[in-house]
Amino acid sequence: MLKLENLKKSFGGVAATRDVTLDFANGSLSAIIGPNGAGKTTLFNLITGRFPPDSGRILLAGENIAGLSQRRIVRLGIGRAFQVASLFPTLTVAEALAAAAQAHQHRETVLRSPFPIAATTRQGEEIMELLGLTRVAGILSRNLSHGDQKLLDIGLALALEPKVLLLDEPTAGMGPEERWRMIETVQRLWRARGMTLIFIEHDMDIVFKVAQTVRVLSYGAVLAEGTPDEVRTNSKVIEAYLGKSAHGAAA
Amino acid sequence: MVGRWRDLGLAVLGLMLLLLVPVFGAPPAIRDFIMFGMAYGLLAMSLNLLIGYTGLVSFGHAMFFAAGAYAFGLAMQSGKFSIPGAFVLAIAFTATMALIVGAICVRLNEIYFAFLTLAFQMLFYNIILGWVSFTGGDQGLMGGIPRPKFLGIDLADRTQLYIFCSIAFIVCIAILRQIVTSPFGYTLRMIRDNQERAAFLGINVPLVKLACFVISACIAGVGGILLTLFVSGAYPNFGFWTTSGEAIFMILLGGSNVFLGPLVGTVILRLLNDITVSYTSHTELVLGIVILVLVLGLRKGPLDLLAERWENRRQAAAQAVRDAADKDAGKGGT
Repeated sequence: MLKLENLKKSFGGVAATRDVTLDFANGSLSAIIGPNGAGKTTLFNLITGRFPPDSGRILLAGENIAGLSQRRIVRLGIGRAFQVASLFPTLTVAEALAAAAQAHQHRETVLRSPFPIAATTRQGEEIMELLGLTRVAGILSRNLSHGDQKLLDIGLALALEPKVLLLDEPTAGMGPEERWRMIETVQRLWRARGMTLIFIEHDMDIVFKVAQTVRVLSYGAVLAEGTPDEVRTNSKVIEAYLGKSAHGAAA
Repeated sequence: MVGRWRDLGLAVLGLMLLLLVPVFGAPPAIRDFIMFGMAYGLLAMSLNLLIGYTGLVSFGHAMFFAAGAYAFGLAMQSGKFSIPGAFVLAIAFTATMALIVGAICVRLNEIYFAFLTLAFQMLFYNIILGWVSFTGGDQGLMGGIPRPKFLGIDLADRTQLYIFCSIAFIVCIAILRQIVTSPFGYTLRMIRDNQERAAFLGINVPLVKLACFVISACIAGVGGILLTLFVSGAYPNFGFWTTSGEAIFMILLGGSNVFLGPLVGTVILRLLNDITVSYTSHTELVLGIVILVLVLGLRKGPLDLLAERWENRRQAAAQAVRDAADKDAGKGGT
């Protein structure tokens, strides 16, 4: 579904992404891990067109999208949730989702009928149902709890009915219990929507339990990829990322 | 849909109230006050579509007020146009000007946008001042604006002019209301709240901003036309930066988060002005103090404050719903 070929990007003299080649199968659930500064978020920024790669190709269902505008890429079906939830503070959850759905349905400039249009309300309600946000439908985005804000951020991306969904640390800033609830929700929506889902995560327990495939980035390059078990026992990964003590724990 | 019918009802009610004024034979001073209020009200209301709903703080909005006024006045003075013809022409001219100015400005953010609009306004103002043979320079459009009859309507008659202005005013307010309650209006709010995220939902942010800028300019242009009809002339100070500043004051005095806030602000500002001017020549001093109290004391317009109370109550209710749901879920889990 999504293929990255020899992707490169430098900022000044710093190579943030070095020759990354990855293949995300249709309908797969994969994790990207790596130490801070490994270029995980940069990779998401490249895929979503926040900035263009210096070289290389990004293929979405066989079509090269590298260098297209962020807006075009969104319209082609790549949705994204942000590390720090990026919301519309003065809109309620229901309003924000209906507004996002209307943008997806090319109805964002409709003047004739009142907001929200029935079809967008319905789509918004489905998303609230899926993410367990129905209970906060009337709350302004800025008044939501941290966890609900992260969920709404994902909800906004879901309103685009993406083929590929990128989640940048969906569990960032959450307590242990909340984390698991979040990741269960992520798994549930992945099954319900059958999309290709890629998430960045720091919690190794979550990664190894949930992901089908794990990609490890380090210094902007792919260090290893494979099933959780393969990655867990990969000596390069253990050395570069998990550390010696983790090796002992894993063994 | 219910909201639409309610809004329509309120518009009709508002129009009837306005039309009752001449029926009851109110003194000319009150009628004049309302006419000024309608013209400046449209300026402030249209500006708030940019400031309050889209987050575009324009310091140059009065240039479109003046553009409507001058285009209409000049068209009427040429003698080639009927009043409706000149009306349409003036709006078309204002829209074209807004399209050009907007296309250059909307890609800039915040302070850069504000200053560029201010710069364009000064340019326009200086063209009006400098092109004496066409615009009359600092004297303004002299000699009165002819008001020939059309469709049996005679705007030279004070009452008929008043009715005409009231209808035009209410129609403009209804258009603004339609915009802010439409899906497009919510797209504007998204851009105000978080334009990066809006772009990431596939919204063409610069284009939407430009559309909003042009619509808003056209409504300001109608305000200018009404004022021209009323004072039978057009003057450069319609397009001076202080007029833009006054419009921003009106929004501050009323409130930017309530639809009719700027209109309330217009009434307050004009009342303050008319009352203080009969006691002192230092009207600006009084106005300045009021603004200071509002900005430092309330930190928002009086209507915003009421709206916030109302919103807080609704939020408390919504949070109670959530807490109840979470409690139930907690019980189910254990």
